[in-house]
Amino acid sequence: MAKIVIDEERCKGCELCLAACPKHILVMSENFNKKGYHPAKQINPEECTGCAFCAMTCPDVAIEVFK
Amino acid sequence: MKKVFGRPESLTEVPFTYCPGCHHGIAHRLVAEVLDEFKVRENTIGVCPVGCSVFAYLFFNVDMICAAHGRAPATATGIKRVKPDSIVFTYQGDGDLASIGTAEIVHAANRGENITVIFINNAIYGMTGGQMAPTTLVGQVTQTSPYGRDPKTMGYPIKMAEMLSTLKRAAYISRVALNKPANIIKAKKSIKKAFQVQLDKKGFSMVEILSTCPTNWGLSPIEASKWLEENMIPYFPLGEFRTPEEVA
Amino acid sequence: MGEKMLMKGNEAIGEAAIRAGCRYYFGYPITPQSELTAYMAKKLLKMKDAAFVQAESEIAAINMVYGAASTGVRVMTSSSSPGISLKQEGISYITCSEIPCVVVNMQRGGPGLGDIQPAQSDYFQAVKGGGHGDYHLIVLAPSSVQELVDLTMDAFDLADKYTNPAMILGDGLLGQMMEAVEFKERPKVELPDKSGWNLTGCKGREHRYVVSFDLDPNILEKWNLNINEKYKKLKEKEVRYEAVNLENADLVIVAYGTVARIAKTTIQMAKKEGINIGLIRPITLFPFPEKIIASTAVKTKKFLTVEMSLGQMVEDVKLAVNGKAEVNFYGRAGGIIPSPEEILKEAKKYL
Repeated sequence: MAKIVIDEERCKGCELCLAACPKHILVMSENFNKKGYHPAKQINPEECTGCAFCAMTCPDVAIEVFK
Repeated sequence: MKKVFGRPESLTEVPFTYCPGCHHGIAHRLVAEVLDEFKVRENTIGVCPVGCSVFAYLFFNVDMICAAHGRAPATATGIKRVKPDSIVFTYQGDGDLASIGTAEIVHAANRGENITVIFINNAIYGMTGGQMAPTTLVGQVTQTSPYGRDPKTMGYPIKMAEMLSTLKRAAYISRVALNKPANIIKAKKSIKKAFQVQLDKKGFSMVEILSTCPTNWGLSPIEASKWLEENMIPYFPLGEFRTPEEVA
Repeated sequence: MGEKMLMKGNEAIGEAAIRAGCRYYFGYPITPQSELTAYMAKKLLKMKDAAFVQAESEIAAINMVYGAASTGVRVMTSSSSPGISLKQEGISYITCSEIPCVVVNMQRGGPGLGDIQPAQSDYFQAVKGGGHGDYHLIVLAPSSVQELVDLTMDAFDLADKYTNPAMILGDGLLGQMMEAVEFKERPKVELPDKSGWNLTGCKGREHRYVVSFDLDPNILEKWNLNINEKYKKLKEKEVRYEAVNLENADLVIVAYGTVARIAKTTIQMAKKEGINIGLIRPITLFPFPEKIIASTAVKTKKFLTVEMSLGQMVEDVKLAVNGKAEVNFYGRAGGIIPSPEEILKEAKKYL
């Protein structure tokens, strides 16, 4: 059981987390945040292992990981 | 469920002003995590540079001073000599540390100032809009090397970690990269080691961090990470160049 | 305290600084002030909770001062003209950051590498700012070894009081001169608490920072205005000068430092010839003693400004006189010290 929480307002849509996720369960949202970026969002959350690679690569410290 | 990854206490809530995908934010977080882990946040004074990270004083939740361009190691020397029991670090870019501030970094290392230097090497000037840095790679196109860096007139990229590790009082010198999780984990370990050296009062420590500047490289953040791997790491090898054991 | 001793000017500054509580010195050797750097090394390297660093350059030294001063301690650097030019960037940053420190300039002949003889040609640089931006230093101009001591101690107090760098503007002659000095018992002065701004680590409070910039021009303008308020206060409260023989003077010399000393001999020589010459000796060059000059200009119609430069302070004298009297100038450059005789000869031209 693992979960991530993305702070959409901190996200600048750089996509580094997408590349880091070994399960490929991160995608860019179609919505815009207040800064005008498409924030990252998780799909298929049940596949998340809580490896935290996404959070580690996030340059804006926008991802929290729970396990 | 328990939170296993979150914002370290040594960072404020202020959102970073860096461009999307810029590695400065990762470097900030790693330093902040290390300060948290050593429980030294309240006894730390940081010195930020001139360059993109000039606003680091707003991001680090520790006492900070903003030095003049290149002078952070001198300013840090002044602080550390007054407060030898405080943790003092500088955070500098490649223009700051390897160009305008070469005298200050060399002599701080040579005196063995008991400070930790976080050196961000992204092979370009960021804040001024993408000019050639002392660490710009041969052939790399920048605003001021529009036909590529030509070593015949512009010299070769300076390897600061190797250069400084020739100095006897430099206790810990390493080079790490932030282009993928495995390297980020290693970078954190190295930064922790550098601060440990300072805590043990063993002298000067520096971690050179290879980072991306997607905006001025003209690449997407993911392409930039790849470019770093394929171009920077072969020229700037990762590893430890100096450890306290060698000094002792 | 209170004992008299024979000391060289440069060393007297060092001793005065230490007695004023300065335990941190960062410098780089340069003639004619190197004895001060050496004195601080000799003393501070043997003291606890003290530091002496011979920096790699004057630039590094002033930035070490910036760091040390940001923690709230008393700290000093010293140099001579070319070295002071190198320190200007740092001085500008420290002034904008509104933290105190003391900078000593034992001037030598310029411009460029110049020579190593005494001069007063850094007046503009000292009193008008020196580096980039709208700012001033508190500038004190000693004219004896005793005053080097007293004014160095005052400089630390004034810097703390106004959270602004203070400069001792001497010259190579004062630095090399040996005179008897007394380290007097000084009255305790109430100085502002530094705990509101100094960097200590943020234990028990919010983190804070010392910076010298803000990208918002509205904030930066306000910041400049706040700094300027301090200069207004300095002009109201801290002006110091020595007035000699101003009553019924046929001509008043305005001179500071070494030249003022020489002018006193000129006054004695003139007296023997029945000529009445007065002297206004600014002790604070910033704030400049405008009022005494302005009020004297009402009574005495002739001024002679004498400097070891080709005419720098004379501009401030003219501003203070504001057209009410005739302001003449005599100066020697390149490290030449004017003699009492030549000053008298010059004065006679206008009488």
